[in-house]
Amino acid sequence: MKRKNNAFFRWFYGETDTMLGKVEIRPQREEAFKEEDPGELLADHQTLRERIYEGKEDGKFWFFDRIYRVAALFFCLALIFILLVNVSWLPPSGEASNPANNEVPVRYIESGLQETGAVNIVTGMILDYRAFDTFGESNVLFIATVTVLILMRLDPEKKARVRKGIPVYKKPEDELTVAQAQANDRLYEPKNDVILQRVAGFLVPVIVIFGVYVILNGHLSPGGGFSGGAIIGAGLILYLNAFGFEKTERFFTEKTYKWVCFAALTFYCLAKSYSFFTGANHLESGIPLGTPGAILSSGLILPLNICVGLVVACTMYAFYALFRKGGF
Amino acid sequence: MSLFTYILLGFLIVCAVSVTFSKKLLNSILIFMSYSLVMSIVWMVLESPDLAITEAAVGAGVTSVLFFVTLKKIQAMVGDQHEK
Repeated sequence: MKRKNNAFFRWFYGETDTMLGKVEIRPQREEAFKEEDPGELLADHQTLRERIYEGKEDGKFWFFDRIYRVAALFFCLALIFILLVNVSWLPPSGEASNPANNEVPVRYIESGLQETGAVNIVTGMILDYRAFDTFGESNVLFIATVTVLILMRLDPEKKARVRKGIPVYKKPEDELTVAQAQANDRLYEPKNDVILQRVAGFLVPVIVIFGVYVILNGHLSPGGGFSGGAIIGAGLILYLNAFGFEKTERFFTEKTYKWVCFAALTFYCLAKSYSFFTGANHLESGIPLGTPGAILSSGLILPLNICVGLVVACTMYAFYALFRKGGF
Repeated sequence: MSLFTYILLGFLIVCAVSVTFSKKLLNSILIFMSYSLVMSIVWMVLESPDLAITEAAVGAGVTSVLFFVTLKKIQAMVGDQHEK
């Protein structure tokens, strides 16, 4: 697609900043580094300690000290007591007369198989009757990743320095000590541990295949998109730990993450909106339910499971990569 | 409920209390991990295998790994090595 060269697209691709020149921007001043006498600093520290921590004994603060301790204990015990009383008021689990046993679960259990086509009633519930709840959960995961991205991301300039092995810090006095630098995974990666690599070579395919199995059989057996996606994500994290970022960047970059999440969430939203729209207006949706028990059955549940699984697996991996490296 | 379930529930309480009272953060994470594992067995006993799989994968797997990475990031695991 040839992109147009108007103001919107220039802003969208980050070539121009519409705010530039129109908003008053004050440059941040660098804080001057002040040389301080170590002896003076130590003396300050000592006075602070004496004034704050050991000053209680001279009679000024002992009252508050005791009160705080007693109050903390009291509030803890009160909270435990309130929670226990509340739990004792709950009805015993599995009783026939419980308030949860109304007409809703009866409908789910009796006609769930005919209406959703899913043998596993739980999946039929969360991906058919309550599909928008699951959609909200996937969105929450995506938003959480975006927040972590804002907090932990390295800017491209720093990233290039990390890749070349130059320390990120500008001033020489900020340079890391050797122990700190070795603890910092951004500079020394991977560690090439033979045991870990061998074990990962056996385990990662098994874990990923098990995750795919859990996702694809979500409507037949226990499991589903969320748990299967978490299993695949854990497998990817193990692979990353064993072989380092260079190997995983061959198939998983920030672009992959963006497009997979975008496509999965959009497909989920559109498909389920269509299904709810036709269902609420008693229209024929045209989605075949198939024979219960077959892999290709139960209408939209299988594709929706795959979507949720993709989003969850990518999110788990992205969390880990962001925590470790500040990028994908 | 059988004796097995009571043993598991007792283990849960012991784990929950010892997480708060353990001095080292690393130990707290490991205890939290075992809490999640036992919890997934409890879900299995309560006949909800869907929750059991999710609890084992998320609670015992991914969450603890993220905790470990955070500990490494704030350099709380380095201090233990110096003491030895």
